[in-house]
Amino acid sequence: MNLLDALKVRDSQGKQFVPDVRAANPIGFRGLPVINDAPCQQGCTECSDCCPTTAIQLQNFSLDLGRCVWCDECVRVCPKDKITFTAGYRTASCTRDGLLVHEGRGLGPVEASEAIRKIFGRSLKLRSVSAGGCNGCELEINAMANVNFDCGRYGIDIVASPRHADGLILSGPISANMAEALELCYEGMPDPKFVIAVGACAISGGVFEHSPVLDRAFLGRFEPDLYVAGCPPHPLSIVNGILDLMGHADGSW
Amino acid sequence: MSHPNVLLQPLSELETLDFGGFAQRIEDHFANGRRLLSLFGSPSSDPADSTPELHAVFVDREQGLIHFRGRRQGTQHYLSLTSEFPVLHCFEREIHEQYGLAMPGHPWLKPIRFEGTNLKRMNDYPFYKLKGKEVHEVGVGPIHAGVIEPGHFRFMCYGETVQHLEIHLGYQHRGAEALLRKTAPRKLPPLIESIAGDTAVGYALAHCRAWEALCGLSVPPEVEAIRCLGLELERVAMHLVGLSGLATDIAFLPGSSTYGRLRTSVINLSMRLCGSRFGRSWFRPGELRFPFNQSHKVDVRKTVQQVQTDIAIINNLFQKSKTVQHRLCTTGTVPTPLAQEIGLVGMAGRASGLPCDLRNELRGGAYAQRPIPLVIESTGDCWARGLIRIHEIDTSLNWIMQLLDTIPEVEAEPPPKAEPRPNCVAVSFEEGWRGEVMHSIQTDASGNIAHYKVQDPSLRNWFGLAQSVKNNAIYDFPICNKSFDLSYCGNDL
Repeated sequence: MNLLDALKVRDSQGKQFVPDVRAANPIGFRGLPVINDAPCQQGCTECSDCCPTTAIQLQNFSLDLGRCVWCDECVRVCPKDKITFTAGYRTASCTRDGLLVHEGRGLGPVEASEAIRKIFGRSLKLRSVSAGGCNGCELEINAMANVNFDCGRYGIDIVASPRHADGLILSGPISANMAEALELCYEGMPDPKFVIAVGACAISGGVFEHSPVLDRAFLGRFEPDLYVAGCPPHPLSIVNGILDLMGHADGSW
Repeated sequence: MSHPNVLLQPLSELETLDFGGFAQRIEDHFANGRRLLSLFGSPSSDPADSTPELHAVFVDREQGLIHFRGRRQGTQHYLSLTSEFPVLHCFEREIHEQYGLAMPGHPWLKPIRFEGTNLKRMNDYPFYKLKGKEVHEVGVGPIHAGVIEPGHFRFMCYGETVQHLEIHLGYQHRGAEALLRKTAPRKLPPLIESIAGDTAVGYALAHCRAWEALCGLSVPPEVEAIRCLGLELERVAMHLVGLSGLATDIAFLPGSSTYGRLRTSVINLSMRLCGSRFGRSWFRPGELRFPFNQSHKVDVRKTVQQVQTDIAIINNLFQKSKTVQHRLCTTGTVPTPLAQEIGLVGMAGRASGLPCDLRNELRGGAYAQRPIPLVIESTGDCWARGLIRIHEIDTSLNWIMQLLDTIPEVEAEPPPKAEPRPNCVAVSFEEGWRGEVMHSIQTDASGNIAHYKVQDPSLRNWFGLAQSVKNNAIYDFPICNKSFDLSYCGNDL
C-alpha cells in the first residue's frame, strides 16, 4: 500500500460523524408529521381513502405512525393542509399506542427503561433479524453503525451472534417462512433480553399487513420495548430511540 | 410516442402459439442471437383450464421488445427447454411452483421460493448430495452474521474447497404478487417500492411505464430526465454500498468507511430532492411530484462534483492495494461462456463480459438523446465486479453532470385522471442498479388488473453466485456473495 495514497484518503475523509445525534438537521427529510387542529372539510374522506395502509382515522383525527409509509399521498389530496410532514426524526415510542399522532399533539417522549439502564448500563449489543424486510430498514440499521451516525460511540453495537446479544432488532413483516428462524434466534439469546421493532412492516405489517403468508405470532408473545416508525426510519430515528430507552440524557459520549 | 422500455398490446393482438410453436419460437429467437428477458406464466383466460398461459419476452437491438404467448392446445404438454437452454431454468421452476405445470425433462426442478402449496415446507429442501469419506457439508443461515436479509447456503466441501453450493431461498416470501393483483391501482406504488426496497426507484419506474402505457399517458422529456437522474443516483448509491461492503469483508477499512460515507452524501442528495434517502415516493405514473428548480440543480452539481473528487482518491488506493487485489482477483470467477449459458444479467453479467444493459439496448427516456456508455469487464471475478461498480459510478456521475445542463426548471404536476385500457398486456423494463427489473400488467374486460408479474434480476443471478464459488475456498464465500449483492426479497417476492 502506498502510504501517501492512504494519507490522501484520510485527508479527504476529514471528520464525517454527526457531532450530536440529538441535534442533527437532516435537510429535506420527510419525517415526523404534524396534524393541525383546524377542522376538516365537512364529509371529506380523501386522506383516509388514499392511504395505502389505513393509517388515518377520521374520527378523533389521528395518524398511526406504526402504519404510515410516508408516501405523502394524504398531504397531496387534503384541501385543508391538515397533515404536514416535518424533518423531525424522533419517531420512536416505547408503546404501540404511543405511535398515534393526534391534532396538535406529536409523539410522547420515549421513556427510559430503568431495567435496561440497570442491567445493561451504557453498553447495548443488538442482533438484527430481517424477517421479510425489503432491505430498506436493513440498510438504515447498517447505516446507524457507519462513520456518519457511529452508534458505537454510545456503546450500541450490532453483533454477529444471538449469543452475544442483549436485544433483537426486528425488521420486516415476519414472513411465515421466516417465523421459525426468528423464534430460534430469540431463544438463542441469553436472558434478560428485549425486542426493538424497526419500520412499518415490523410494527404493523405495513404494506404487507393483509398478506396471508405472514406469521406475526412472535410479536404477540414478545412485545417490543421500543418501536421505531418509518419506511424506512432514518438512522437518526433508530439511534435516538435507543438512546432514549437507555436513558442517555444528551448526545454526549 | 411510445416508450421503448415498454411494450403494450391488446390481448387479441398478442401473438399466441400452441406450446409446440411457442417452444419453436423461443429456439428461433435464441438462434438469431436475441436475448431472453423473461418467461412467466399467467392464469388461462379459460377459467376451467388450470394450465397457465406462458409469456416469453426477448430483446432485439433493432426491434426492441418482443413479447409472445404460448397456450395449451388440446391435451398437449409443455416440454422443458432447460436442458437445451439453461437460461430458462429459473423461469420454468417458477412456473412449475406457481401453477403446478409439469416440466418433463427439467434437470433441476427445485422450489424457487416455497410459495403456494410449498409454504411451510422450508425444511424439506431437496439438497444435492455429495458422497465420499472426507466430504462434509456446511450450512449457513437463514440468519447471517451481519445486518442482511435471510437465506440459506449449503456448501458441499472437500477440505476447504467448495465443490457445490446450493442456495435455498424463500424465507422472505411475503406474497407480493398476490397483493399486487388485489390492491387498488392508486395504492400500488408504496407496495411496489417495498418489493426490493434497495431498488425502489427502479421498481417505481418500471411500474410507471407499464401503467402509463396502459392508460395512454406520457411524460415530457424533462420529467424523463429527472426520472433517469433518480435512477442513476440510486445506482451510484447502491454501488457505493457494494464497494463499502466488499472493503469491509476483506478488512480494508479505508474503503469501508470512505465508500460508506460517500453513499451517505448521495442518498442525502436524493432526500433533499424528494424527502426520502431511497427515492421512495419520488416517481408516480404520469406525475411529477417534486419540483426541480435552479437551487436543486446547484445542489446536484455541487454534491456530484464533491463525490467525484473524493471517490477518485479512494478508488486510487483501493485499486492499487495489494491486499485488495490479492483477495479479489481470480476469486469467484464466472467466465463469459458460463455467464452466457446461465443467463447472468445486469452488473454481474457485464462483469463477466456480457453486453447486457437495457439502457443501451433499448435507449429509452433520457438515454435516447444522451446514450450512457456501456461499462464492461471481462474477467468475471470479484475484482471485475468491484471494478464494474467503480466505472459505473464514474460513468453515471459524468452522465448526470451532462444531463443536468439540459433540464429546465420544472414545477410539480398533479397526476392526470386516466383509466387503463381493457384487455391489454404491458411489459415494462428498467435497468436498475443490479440489472433489469420487469413489471407486466394485464387488464381484464373492465380495465381492472387481472394479472401482475414482477421480476427482479436476482431471480436469474443467484445461480451465478452458486457457480462462482465452485472450486473456491469456503472462506471466500462472503466476498463472492457481496460482489453479487443480490436481493433475497426480490427473488422471494
